[in-house]
Amino acid sequence: MGTNRRKFLNSLLSIGSLGALSAIIYPIISYLIPPKIAEVKVNSLKVGPVAEFKNNSSKIVKFGRTPVILIRTVDGNFKALEATCTHLDCLVQYKNDTQQILCACHNGIYDLQGRNVSGPPPKPLNEYVVSTIDGEIRITSQDERS
Amino acid sequence: MKNKNITKIENWLDERFDLSPIRNLISHKKVPVHGHSIWYYMGGISLFLFMIQVFTGLLLLMYYIPGEDNAYESVQFIITKVDFGWLIRNLHSWAANLMVFFVFLHMFSVFFTNAFRKPRELTWVTGFVLLLLSMGFGFSGYLLPWNELAFFATKIGTDIVGVVPYFGDSLKIILRGGEDVTGATLSRFFGIHVAILPAIFTTLLAIHLIFVQRQGMSEPEEFEKLSEKEKKYIPFFPNFVLQDALLWIIVLIILLGLTVFFPWELGLKADALASAPIGIKPEWFFMFMFETLKLLPAHILFLEGELVGIFGFAVVGIIWMFIPFIKLSKKKELNSKIIRWVGLFSLIYIIVFTIIGYL
Amino acid sequence: MNKKYLYEICSILIIFSAISIFGVQSDATNNSSKYVDECIKCHMENEMMPEHFSQTDVHWQKGLSCAGCHGGLSNEPDEEKSMSKSNGFVGVPNKKEIPEFCGKCHSDISKMQLYQPRITTDQVSQYYVSKHGKQLKVGDLNVATCTDCHTTHEILPASDTRSTVYPINVPNTCNACHGDSKLMEKYNMKANQVEEYSQSVHGIALLKNLDVGAPACNDCHGNHGAIPPGVESISHVCGSCHVNNMNYFNNSVMAQPFSDNGINSCEQCHDYHLIEKPNDEMLNVHESSTCTDCHSSSDEGYLSSEFMYNKIKDLSFLYDSTKVISEEVHIMGMNNIEIEYSLKKIKQSLIQSRTIIHTFDTAQVFAKADEGILASTNALILADNEIEEYFNRRLGYGITTFIFILLAAALYWKIKGLKS
Repeated sequence: MGTNRRKFLNSLLSIGSLGALSAIIYPIISYLIPPKIAEVKVNSLKVGPVAEFKNNSSKIVKFGRTPVILIRTVDGNFKALEATCTHLDCLVQYKNDTQQILCACHNGIYDLQGRNVSGPPPKPLNEYVVSTIDGEIRITSQDERS
Repeated sequence: MKNKNITKIENWLDERFDLSPIRNLISHKKVPVHGHSIWYYMGGISLFLFMIQVFTGLLLLMYYIPGEDNAYESVQFIITKVDFGWLIRNLHSWAANLMVFFVFLHMFSVFFTNAFRKPRELTWVTGFVLLLLSMGFGFSGYLLPWNELAFFATKIGTDIVGVVPYFGDSLKIILRGGEDVTGATLSRFFGIHVAILPAIFTTLLAIHLIFVQRQGMSEPEEFEKLSEKEKKYIPFFPNFVLQDALLWIIVLIILLGLTVFFPWELGLKADALASAPIGIKPEWFFMFMFETLKLLPAHILFLEGELVGIFGFAVVGIIWMFIPFIKLSKKKELNSKIIRWVGLFSLIYIIVFTIIGYL
Repeated sequence: MNKKYLYEICSILIIFSAISIFGVQSDATNNSSKYVDECIKCHMENEMMPEHFSQTDVHWQKGLSCAGCHGGLSNEPDEEKSMSKSNGFVGVPNKKEIPEFCGKCHSDISKMQLYQPRITTDQVSQYYVSKHGKQLKVGDLNVATCTDCHTTHEILPASDTRSTVYPINVPNTCNACHGDSKLMEKYNMKANQVEEYSQSVHGIALLKNLDVGAPACNDCHGNHGAIPPGVESISHVCGSCHVNNMNYFNNSVMAQPFSDNGINSCEQCHDYHLIEKPNDEMLNVHESSTCTDCHSSSDEGYLSSEFMYNKIKDLSFLYDSTKVISEEVHIMGMNNIEIEYSLKKIKQSLIQSRTIIHTFDTAQVFAKADEGILASTNALILADNEIEEYFNRRLGYGITTFIFILLAAALYWKIKGLKS
């Protein structure tokens, strides 16, 4: 066996090892760098401090893949309901003048309990549980309470 | 050819720790070459896959959050948001399955080459316990993503424990951390999967490996009968080690291919109130037991069918574990023949029932 | 304690229990005898029960027997006495009398309240407002009265699915007369209303999909006060469900010219009994589309319609393609959660811009549609990234495999070298 061949083989081996090593290390390093959206989407969602919400106002928040409407009623209570209308999946909105939930697509109206009051919606809106922990509002999906 | 620096370090260590046993091992250990040499690599591959498991498992721990609120979401987060998270998670799942597969292969190859005979009885026993622990890893890890399929599979799996008379129920409650499979079960399984099992497993693995290194490679009977001249060996270092490395690289390529082309689905999040989905299956390496229990009649004599099944598997498992010590006949030939048939039957049984389970 | 005492206690106990048992039994016999009704008894024996009589009849169920409506004495076995006029017997009413016949009770709130606290009692007066009622008053006996819709002796409440006036059964009930072309000819009316209705979007929803939320005949025409909706009221009728569309239309530039020219607002484009599920082609500028009925290629309305059509079509196309790509991404095993989320937004803006068309204001339609177009552009970018990532993974795998194979090959030669 010629020394040239051995040299070639050894350099091939070291290049190969280096390549393999980098092929292993590169994914690991990129894995360890935390992604920009650092927090995991969870089944209980922190929405923000209570003080941020005025009475008689609402906000739509993204709860996993479902939008949820968080409403603070006139007397300061919180209510969270699924924000997709049961008719054709449009996003509902809170009407602070009539204190009802309106779907603008076909004028579907729900009361603050999420019950379909008038218009085309066939079913009430699903309810989410709102709890306040240390002045911060948390939304939990109902079946997670157990 | 050795690098000067390496020699220096070696000498430094040698002065303090006396490296001669290791040096001896490296220079003297040899591996017999014969028709069944291929089976010598199975243990090595299992070890390699275990190392991958440790490695990817540690990486997953960086992002995984146990608990029923977060487990599913964090796994989803890992595979959708974290760079190469999909790779790490899929590697962990695929390598887990391959590892159990190769451990099984390793065990049966040792069995059929009669490598468990004296003096390797304890290597066999530790090896079998390692197999059980691997299955335990699989069972506890299956639940961690907290998806529907795993949730119900765990429910059924832990239900089976409850059949055991007298202490079955308490055992079930201990395992589940409550009456039912809940977030408490998840915490428990997480602890078992990342702390308890690894601790036991690594200790046993170390013992297992020390045994193997002390005793060297087992030689099959046909090989032993050969004259000294006819026996062929290759040195353990570097030949066998390099061949091991070559095989590991090939396994790694296959493994990566599986992760890229056949990613594991996460499925739907577990919902305790939902009805059980169609097609709940235990992992494939529990399938033969699951299928047996399913096919047993509800009652055998005055006993519950499931109980008989579990009792049967426990007895067979214990016998299997102590098989090197069993002497059924005074004639050595006959004894090994009987044992061989028992092993063949077990292997066929496992294969057939696994296949039935998937039909 | 002596024995005598014990005997006494025992005998008292026995007597008490006997009394209580017999007492209960005699109560039971009393109850059943209460229902012996001489009318039923006799009419059953002589097989003279009215046609279609059913035990499920709401009056029968509430304990109202024959005499409740027909008068007379139900506890008097003597035919002469029980069915004499002096005892209040009225017999079978003639057709013209039927509304008052039912109204005896149904117009009397104090009677009706016993059965339903919130029941209305204006049916009869409503009836006389209707075309049916007016015709009956002038002696036309072809028209429907109470019994024609509600039946005579198998009346069920409207909430009962077996009732002739249960929403799903209403079209069929009306069709009994309104589908009779010979009868309708007398009034210069067509007899195909129900036929048309059953092919309409409402008819399909109610009759095929059994969606009781969809309107039956009575939901637009009223029931007891049935009259054909007038020109003024028709948009009102439609608007009672389609609120947004009505509001948009009434505030649009089209409202005035429509009413000035006597064009019926909704039905002009959507028809009335045969209301088809609206589609985007109605907005197009083909000959078959609705807008071109009045607008020709030179005027502003024609252009607006063309603009709005193209915009909606664009958005609808984008929605469809985003949906397809999202599915593709999902099948590839990649993440489509965000894409699915945007899909909801796109769909919403599509639905809303289709409704906003009723403002006939291109600016408003464009603004709404553009929201969806923006969302779908973002979704498509996301999808592209995912698909790119999918192929990047394969490329990465290819490169890694190449490196590993190189290493493996080098190792292989090395081992071969060692052996030789």
